[in-house]
Amino acid sequence: MTEHVVILGGGTGGTVLANDLADRLEPELDTGDVRVTLVNDDPEHVYKPVWLYVPFGQREPDDGRRPLDELVADAVDLQLDRVSDIDTEAQRLQFDGSAGSVGYDYLVVATGSTLQPDRIPGLREGGHDYYSESGATELRDELLAFTEGDLVLSVIGTPHMCPAAPLEFVMMADDWFRERGLREEVDITYTYPIQRVHGNPHIAEWARPIMEERDIEVETFFNAESVDPEAETITSMEGTELDYDLLVTIPPHAGTDLVEAAGLGDDGWVDVDKHTLEAEAAENVYALGDAAATGVPNAGSVAHYQAGVVGQRLASEIRGRPATATYDGKTLCFIETGMDAASFVEFDYESPPSPAPPSEKLHWSKLAYNESYWLTARGLL
Amino acid sequence: MTDIEPDETVDARGAACPGPLMDLIGKVRSAESGDVVRLLSDNDQSLTDVPEWTDEAGNELIAVEERDDYNAFYVEKA
Repeated sequence: MTEHVVILGGGTGGTVLANDLADRLEPELDTGDVRVTLVNDDPEHVYKPVWLYVPFGQREPDDGRRPLDELVADAVDLQLDRVSDIDTEAQRLQFDGSAGSVGYDYLVVATGSTLQPDRIPGLREGGHDYYSESGATELRDELLAFTEGDLVLSVIGTPHMCPAAPLEFVMMADDWFRERGLREEVDITYTYPIQRVHGNPHIAEWARPIMEERDIEVETFFNAESVDPEAETITSMEGTELDYDLLVTIPPHAGTDLVEAAGLGDDGWVDVDKHTLEAEAAENVYALGDAAATGVPNAGSVAHYQAGVVGQRLASEIRGRPATATYDGKTLCFIETGMDAASFVEFDYESPPSPAPPSEKLHWSKLAYNESYWLTARGLL
Repeated sequence: MTDIEPDETVDARGAACPGPLMDLIGKVRSAESGDVVRLLSDNDQSLTDVPEWTDEAGNELIAVEERDDYNAFYVEKA
């Protein structure tokens, strides 16, 4: 009997896992004992870290897009469809419209994050972001023409994709305006929801003095409640109001409605065992990447490592062996600290991060990784 | 044991910092003025995070209940 693995979502986690299984289960795929299907609602795979560079005019959104069928191994069935329902009792996915349904023996939910700007009144009209392709290009048009005034970057909610990216943006903006001789004309303010500048205290302790040294204003305990696009103000639940001329925000994030409707977890994030990545509310269901509520950063490196763990566990289960691979919280992250310098952190559930001194070498390492990302997606790097 | 009846409960046990505080903030954001939100957290950092935030935001931390392996925080939205 054929064992059918269905992966829902063709982002980093889903794509790396599909290619991992194509390699790991090659004999079973050849004989037809196993079938792997990757379901995605977009024919293209998107590498979102490119968007950080788009507002500064350094990258184009197309640099971060590739056809999914070029990245996924031939042994994987690629199905371009939108799923409308996950039935974990019947082990079946329903496709949107009349496209039918598909049963699974194992399901991996890799549905990522969605942006929820409408949760904050006025945000859609008044704010810009670089967490979507359209947001990044619209912000580029604003930022390239911005020569003076108040630039406010507000982190509205956590978790959000790439926890380092808000720090990267303000540090890059600071350096970019300095290089152009405009820094004295631009005030940069960074807001964060809790009492420090980053969720991880070690990264916060490292970043705060750099921000002070570079005259980046900081407002902590700032949970945006509303934006007034007419008055150009953003107001927090804590009662602070900031004026802006250009507002850049990290919009509230959620997972997908499908997850909540299936009873797999709240706000679209799947409740999982943070080591095995098995869903807590259903049998034969795994989740990885942003979709999995593990408490680790929503980052591509996390999805990559988790895909390796899920791949090993699925192969063991399919072969009737005990699944022993576990995820230890490993996260790797380059952090841009300007236009030509970056830091680097590596940490896991047990070991905290210790940011490396910023250097030009690390900046080029980050850019080199961005270029070679496509090898990661193929499972080669 | 307190006899306060919360309007909403957020169970953030098992979540690492700042997860419990962010979960509380999210629930308070959607609550009505006067509602009591109960946060369950087994993260020690919550013992300082929650009072600091409620002070800052003008909400009231009306009780903290120590259970065997976690704490229950009762926050009334201003």
